[in-house]
Amino acid sequence: MTHNIYIYLLIMAGVTYLIRVLPLTLIRKEITNTFIKSFLYYVPYITLAAMTFPAMMDATNSPIAGAVAFVFALILAWKGASLFVVSVLACLMVFVIELIPFIH
Amino acid sequence: MNNNISSFKKGIRDGIPIALGYFAVAFTLGIVARNSGISAPLSAIFSATCISSTGEYVGFTLIGEQAAYLEIAIMTLVANARYLLLSCALSQKFSPTMNFIHRFFIGIFVTDEIFGISISCKESLNPFYPYGAAAISVPAWAIGTALGVIMGNVLPANIVSALSVGIYGMFIAIIVPPAKENKIIAAFVVIAMIISYLSSRIPSIASISSGTRIIVITIVISSIAALLFPVKDKEGAGV
Repeated sequence: MTHNIYIYLLIMAGVTYLIRVLPLTLIRKEITNTFIKSFLYYVPYITLAAMTFPAMMDATNSPIAGAVAFVFALILAWKGASLFVVSVLACLMVFVIELIPFIH
Repeated sequence: MNNNISSFKKGIRDGIPIALGYFAVAFTLGIVARNSGISAPLSAIFSATCISSTGEYVGFTLIGEQAAYLEIAIMTLVANARYLLLSCALSQKFSPTMNFIHRFFIGIFVTDEIFGISISCKESLNPFYPYGAAAISVPAWAIGTALGVIMGNVLPANIVSALSVGIYGMFIAIIVPPAKENKIIAAFVVIAMIISYLSSRIPSIASISSGTRIIVITIVISSIAALLFPVKDKEGAGV
């Protein structure tokens, strides 16, 4: 039996939307439990950190370029550069590093 | 009203790096879609309605194998489960006076990146901020996917490679300022990165999908942080 591509689409879009919208609509009040509050306070930083490293090194053709861009972005962000500046200069850094012939 | 417009504009501005990163990632995702026999227009619809790199990657791969509907549903759930956590955190960022209907619309756009910039807002979140970010980044995501299907490997590999770190540069710009202010956050950010690295390199663990690994790391480390360093009243929920 062949499957209908539009049913695949409905399932994927539907499941993804429910995952996102249910917590937003079901949790309507401010949470008062200290543990849950603290847990949710730390979640964004920890999840973004785990998503960034080592994925940033694995995303580029040369892991070295990704690693250099990672350190470069850390320094820029520490110095107070904006979201856009950090992001664009990290891309540029990868591009430049990968121009060096022996880095691959 | 003015506040909504300025939030929307700010969302668009902060959405530009997201859009660049999305474009590059979506392009590579389009190549996967093409390999599964999905047309360019249809791939754009998938991207516009799912807006999830891991979810779509898994879905496209399974569609290529003509997998069962139930299997696609379960794998979509697993690949996207971290959005449950992100949405829980985001649910605490809204002003009590915000119209409830906005929650249904924001729910469409809870991606890692839009979540990242939304949660880093100082006060309660104006819904027009994520709308602005979505207005520029979702089309880039959908168009990037379709172009990936059409052009395959036409874009030079070094350009794709460079663009692919844009998203991570943005994540770093989100994490670092609060980590600089708060040593506890800084310490747990470093711990999360080290464990994330180890989990991706230890063979038996590395075979688990990266989405699942990140969920486990997030839950475990955030729980430990919450137990050891509970946040006091005012600085609480939602950063």
